[in-house]
Amino acid sequence: MATNPMHQFSVHRIGPEIKISGIDFSFTNASLFMFISAVTIFVFLLLGTNEKKLIPGKIQLIAEMFYNFIAKMISDTAGSKAKPYFPFIFTLFVFVLFCNMIGMLPYSFTVTSHIIVTLLLAIFIFIAITVIGFMKHGLGYLKLFVPSGVPTLLLPLITVIEIISYLSRPVSLSVRLFANMMAGHTMLKVFGGFVISLGLLGGWLPLSFSVALTGLEILVAFLQAYVFAILTCIYLNDALNLHH
Amino acid sequence: MELEAAKMIGAGLAAISLAGAGVGIGIIFGNYLSGAMRNPSAAQKQFPNLLLGFALAEATGLFGLVVALIILFAF
Repeated sequence: MATNPMHQFSVHRIGPEIKISGIDFSFTNASLFMFISAVTIFVFLLLGTNEKKLIPGKIQLIAEMFYNFIAKMISDTAGSKAKPYFPFIFTLFVFVLFCNMIGMLPYSFTVTSHIIVTLLLAIFIFIAITVIGFMKHGLGYLKLFVPSGVPTLLLPLITVIEIISYLSRPVSLSVRLFANMMAGHTMLKVFGGFVISLGLLGGWLPLSFSVALTGLEILVAFLQAYVFAILTCIYLNDALNLHH
Repeated sequence: MELEAAKMIGAGLAAISLAGAGVGIGIIFGNYLSGAMRNPSAAQKQFPNLLLGFALAEATGLFGLVVALIILFAF
């Protein structure tokens, strides 16, 4: 069973079975690793902001880098109006990043390689941004679907396309993260399986591939967290500054 | 044809989407390089956009993987 590259994604129960009105609330390895990521983030940021020195130490420096990175990203993509949403975007980015990175450790579990996790995050973002848009602009937010400067003849078609592209946002946002993480981890395990099956003589080539792929996967883990956060910023920009 | 065989063929066909992702990534990096060669001082500023474009183009290929997995496991 260990040679099956899909085996790493199986969710199994840890501890007692908890069922409330037919729905399974048991503690699984997925929830364990989500908990581990949350605790890691908490400890890391607590240590980073513990002693606020003028000349920062190592951990404080990294925490400040995170802060500056996200603050710059938000002001670049969504403007100054998006400042109040900084805590949300920061939480989102750090959570996805830590889930991806903790998943890169051997024998661990990647929470973001399950579509239910990413889809829930994406649907939450989608609903929140739609509500923000309607709150800021009222019914004028619907102008988002009617771009200006389009010939009247094409307008019905363009509007339908805009609405479909708006509604497909949560799907594309979640599937992008989930597919990247799942494909990468499957590929790593497939190459790991080659190392075992080729043995001592031929196993060195896939082993070196595996090392290179691990490097690529760490890049992808960071990149996907970044893309997830920056796309949220772009959607937020649509809702806050209505361009059309 | 048996259903099992048709599933395998369909999953294999879904891998064609990688061609599009490959073309997209090639265009992004090629155009970034040629732009960076013409104006090296502006290159650093556009690096985040390069990474964003890379991730977006790569993801479209991975949608094909999702299609393959749906064919193989969901039906």
